[in-house]
Amino acid sequence: MEEKNIVEVKNLKKYFPIKSGVLQRTTGYVRAVDGVSFSIKKGQTFGLVGESGCGKTTIGRSILRLTEPTSGEININGVDIMKVKKKDLRPLRPKMQMIFQDPFSSLDPRMPVGEIIGEAVKEHNLVPKSEYRDYVLSIMKDCGLRPYYIDRYPHEFSGGQRQRICIARALALNPDVIIADEPVSALDVSIQAQIINLMKDLQEKRKLTYLFISHDLSVVEHISDVVGVMYLGTMMENGPKESIFKNPLHPYTQALFSAVPIADPDVKMNRILLQGDIPSPSNPPSGCKFHTRCSKCMDICKTEVPTLQEYEPGHCVACHLYNKKKTENK
Amino acid sequence: MSREEKKEQRAKLREIKKFNNKKYKEYNKMMKQKNVPESEYLTTMKNPDNILEFDNLRTYFYTDTGTVKSVDGVTFEIPRGKTIGVVGESGCGKSVTSLSVMRLLQGPQGQIAGGAIRYNQESKNRAIDLTKIPVKEMEHIRGNEISMIFQEPMTTLNPVFTIGAQLSECIKLHNPNMAEEDVKNRALEVLKLVGIVREGIYDNYPHELSGGMRQRVVIAMSLACDPQLIIADEPTTALDVTIQAQILDLLRDLKEKINASIMLITHDLGVVAEMADYVVVMYAGRVVEQGTADEIFHDPKHPYTIGLMKSKPMINERVERLYSIPGNVPNPINLPPHCYFKNRCESCVEKCEGAYPELIEVTPTHKVSCHLYENGNSGKTGGNK
Repeated sequence: MEEKNIVEVKNLKKYFPIKSGVLQRTTGYVRAVDGVSFSIKKGQTFGLVGESGCGKTTIGRSILRLTEPTSGEININGVDIMKVKKKDLRPLRPKMQMIFQDPFSSLDPRMPVGEIIGEAVKEHNLVPKSEYRDYVLSIMKDCGLRPYYIDRYPHEFSGGQRQRICIARALALNPDVIIADEPVSALDVSIQAQIINLMKDLQEKRKLTYLFISHDLSVVEHISDVVGVMYLGTMMENGPKESIFKNPLHPYTQALFSAVPIADPDVKMNRILLQGDIPSPSNPPSGCKFHTRCSKCMDICKTEVPTLQEYEPGHCVACHLYNKKKTENK
Repeated sequence: MSREEKKEQRAKLREIKKFNNKKYKEYNKMMKQKNVPESEYLTTMKNPDNILEFDNLRTYFYTDTGTVKSVDGVTFEIPRGKTIGVVGESGCGKSVTSLSVMRLLQGPQGQIAGGAIRYNQESKNRAIDLTKIPVKEMEHIRGNEISMIFQEPMTTLNPVFTIGAQLSECIKLHNPNMAEEDVKNRALEVLKLVGIVREGIYDNYPHELSGGMRQRVVIAMSLACDPQLIIADEPTTALDVTIQAQILDLLRDLKEKINASIMLITHDLGVVAEMADYVVVMYAGRVVEQGTADEIFHDPKHPYTIGLMKSKPMINERVERLYSIPGNVPNPINLPPHCYFKNRCESCVEKCEGAYPELIEVTPTHKVSCHLYENGNSGKTGGNK
């Protein structure tokens, strides 16, 4: 049976004002997220990739309304999060949780582990007070933490253990959706594999839905079902991971994939080297945002913004190259 | 904790402090030494084709809680004109190894406790031991003959000086007789070498540049004095993949242009596979395996190297479940007497309880430190369980 969409994001925009001068007048906007739409089915993992500054984290935070989006529509579990008042948001929070990037700064150094994991459980009255400690212990067991860690403080743990605590904290509220913002990028390779395996196990056990934000393509390929590629605040390409990784359509996706170093000295790849840097999101290029670095740039790319169109079933791409082919075929 | 135990612990801490103070004094005395005769630090290279040879290098940190053996008996060599990749997880001592070469350790806590780093100084046609060389001599070598590229391009550059000022400072320091104009020309020349053609950058401040540009400037700085050896400590870790590809391409180009050797330190196996001729794998302060890139990637021997390769997800290679090495890196204070990897190793044999395994030659270039490969054993009996 086809699962329902649990998260639907439509035309999400987030502009950060740039203020300058004595009067702090708004002189411009940083378009961190500029009209992004996607949806995630229940029990699936949506991987969001892109370079730094492309707005991945802002999307994650906007979905939870940790940063207030400028406009757009966010549906989680059928509830339009954007229309809910801030104070009514609180009862909805247990259903959507976040795992942050840096396990060294996202845990309160003065709280013992048990309290870090259980604080929100207490706040939301999820379990009776008498069962509280057992509940925390059971969550800790699920995340591979030993029971006697419960009274220890975060500084006593290594990076991998801390990330387990962060995952336990998110899980304790029994959420439907977990937004994982670069959960493994601060960790070593051998620890990375442990955390990724843990996240996959928990997903199977609890039917979790992940929005997995990362800049590491190999990790995203491993964990995701659907992948979205972002550039300068817009979605360039999205689709099932098989078709994206086998047949990347957008020139940016192709360049991004070919830039990943491969751990085999014999493979000498034909690199597509992107020239220059990402343009500033406060003053993005006209037309297609990628045209300044694109090797297949055409005249139309400089003036007209390409829309996200379906190329294969489920596989969408925002590039004029494919619009043309489609019309030619007709 | 009982009263007795507390007392015992305090006594232990006092003992550590006493020991440390003795070490600090020795260090300060050594730093103050003047007019060290040349004979004290002159050595001979094992192989005259090498530019640098590490021989049983030990770098310890004397901390209040005990001695941290960050680098504990590291032996490998860097042939002239080649790229050596040093891989390992954080805390395995790869950065400390490079800082030992540059003599940039935070003293008096961090000290080179033993061993030798032999450097083949071509300009004076002699071989010297960098661990014994006086500070004054080292200043001529550091940045001039051996230079370093640091990890974070955001923090390596001084935010209050222009790019030009910072670049020419290092040129002026090593060539005090150079005319002001020549200095600037040289600075612009090295900027061109790293692919920055825009001359206006000379008067820019670091914050006006992007991460990739800043790393280019840092690389330009390390090239400014035509070094014999460049130590690149995670040069691309802070950068995006597309920028990383640009920088790696640049480093490869440069190596051919200036004919220098590169010691590349990284935790990314992909980067090593692409850049390095030889690979050294480190774990908990020791070399566990070394060999040519071909040998390490196609025929890894040590269980740690094998685990490291398997735990990295690869693009276009689907596995249901990632292999993960169980457990954590051991505490660097009080390392066990047996193989440090024993508790995480899946192919442990009885012998692993014994002393730390020696480096065993598998082929003349490929060495591994594991009991599985002793007596010409190919490791098939115990490994790959």
